Amino acid sequence: MTNAATTVFEPASMDSAALPDGAPTALEITDLAVHIGGLVILERMSLSVPKGKIVSLIGPNGAGKTTAFNIITGYMTPSAGSVRFEGHDLLGMTPDDIAALGLVRTFQRTSIFAGCSVADNVLTAMHLRGRCGLFGAIFRTPSSLREEARLRAEVDDVLHFVGLQGRAGENAGSLAYGEQRLLGLAIALAARPKLLLLDEPAAGLNPSETERFKELVRLIRDDGVTVLLVEHNMHMVMSVSDKVFVLNQGRIIASGPPAAIQSNPEVIKAYLGTGLKKRAKA
Amino acid sequence: MTRLILSLLVVLAFVTLPFWMSDPYILGLLILAGIFIIAAISLNLLLGYTGQLSLGHVAFFGIGAYTSALLSRGFDVDLGLGLTLDVAPKPVWLSFLAGILMAALFGWFVGRLAFRVRGAYFVILTVSFAQVMRLIALNWVDLTEGPMAINNIPSFTLWLPGLGVTTLTTKAQNYWLVLAVAVIAFVLVAHIVRSRVGRALIALRENEGLARSVGIQVTHYLVLSTVVAAGIAGASGGLYTHYVRIVDPDVFMFIYTVTMIIMVVTGGKGTLTGPIVGGLLFGLMPELLRDYAGPEVQWIIYGAAIVLIVFFLPNGIVPAAARIWQRLAALGLRLVPEHLRPRLS
Repeated sequence: MTNAATTVFEPASMDSAALPDGAPTALEITDLAVHIGGLVILERMSLSVPKGKIVSLIGPNGAGKTTAFNIITGYMTPSAGSVRFEGHDLLGMTPDDIAALGLVRTFQRTSIFAGCSVADNVLTAMHLRGRCGLFGAIFRTPSSLREEARLRAEVDDVLHFVGLQGRAGENAGSLAYGEQRLLGLAIALAARPKLLLLDEPAAGLNPSETERFKELVRLIRDDGVTVLLVEHNMHMVMSVSDKVFVLNQGRIIASGPPAAIQSNPEVIKAYLGTGLKKRAKA
Repeated sequence: MTRLILSLLVVLAFVTLPFWMSDPYILGLLILAGIFIIAAISLNLLLGYTGQLSLGHVAFFGIGAYTSALLSRGFDVDLGLGLTLDVAPKPVWLSFLAGILMAALFGWFVGRLAFRVRGAYFVILTVSFAQVMRLIALNWVDLTEGPMAINNIPSFTLWLPGLGVTTLTTKAQNYWLVLAVAVIAFVLVAHIVRSRVGRALIALRENEGLARSVGIQVTHYLVLSTVVAAGIAGASGGLYTHYVRIVDPDVFMFIYTVTMIIMVVTGGKGTLTGPIVGGLLFGLMPELLRDYAGPEVQWIIYGAAIVLIVFFLPNGIVPAAARIWQRLAALGLRLVPEHLRPRLS
């Protein structure tokens, strides 16, 4: 954690395993339940994300991770429970209202504006930071032109951060898969989140790309953004997370620092598996 | 810079057209084509940029036409309970503006509904909306004269510097008016599309889920684009009504919506010049073919052209032409010796 010096907000603890007591909570989920028909997707799921930390949510496929993401960001409504972000009750709010509070997500399936240029993708994502309305657009008022210039100037910074500089003019749909994942991250970052939710960012990436992504997630956290990560790549999860929650069959079965999670027998049984031992026997 | 000069030259060519092509028949054709191009420009904002297929776009055209016609002629209507609403004739420019506002108001209404129903349901809703409008125009005889049509609609009057208030009687005058409105509509849409608002609209077309995740309010922008598109379509309806000077329920016919869509799709939806190119092509072609082919053959050619364009240029004429132009430019550059090539930086 050599980047601690650049942290602008609540420096990350050098010993990331030990969370300081009383760290303010960014996101608080209490007793979240989702029942679809007779099916229980989530059952009394509770978790809290401390401000300025990287928190991971892991668990087997179908555990309800993406469902939890969809509820937090307003794409789904739960059957019961509450989701609070910095004192706001998020339930019943639309995704765009939630984004306006500073809670921005990426998507499990690559999600970009494929028909637009890379620069326009980022510019579009800066929507909340502009104010120009219909009048300003039609009459090109000085204030709307200034705003446009100001936002355009920032596009390069965002693209540079994720490593897509020099691709600004290209069509987003023609980027390689890994680059599209990076663009998805750039889109979320351009919206200036306070809490960034990453839904399997490393899915389908090769090891070097995953390594890059890991570094980016750290840099984002060091910049003061709280990160909630859903990921199957355990190397990534265990090396970047400050805290890990394990979800299985709609319930949180364990939580704690990565080291404790890795040795938790229940987690090993439900998710991590005993592959190493088996392989050792064979 | 070259783009600006090029577009100024094109506008200049259209402005001076009545001086070097004074045939009133040709001008009449261009006026009607122009009116439809304005409607197509407005449809393009919805279909090409916001990605919503409105199959009832002619409704806004008709609402603009009827509102402007009724107000400029004055009307009285029995409201029931012994109440009658008596409206004295208003100046044409005022009725024209009222037509735009009325169309925009209905656009707001349809846009609000569109938030609830999307995709195929929106298409059905807009078709039904246009049909309901047609039935109202047909059956509310007290107000609209029904199938007897509203006739004797006054021509456009305009205050012109040096001439005072003049009635636009000649084809050339009407042509310039349509051209002026078309240029305004074009610039309006161009400015919207290349702004924060336009990016939000395009984001809804490209990926609505992602657009919402970065805080773009779907309803707001859907309604906004429908209102603007409806207002512009209302303006084209107003131009139509005061040029043709007769309006009947047929202005709500489905075929007009289809014509607008064909213009947008063949020209290139989601491009600014697409509706103009498509509109000129399909607005003029049937008439220009008249001397060489019988009416039946004409329609066959018309249909074949649509099929061929959609088949070979699925994105429309303008994007295809742009690609050819780029290739030619690249080829031309290769023929120029290295040291003479313009520096691209």
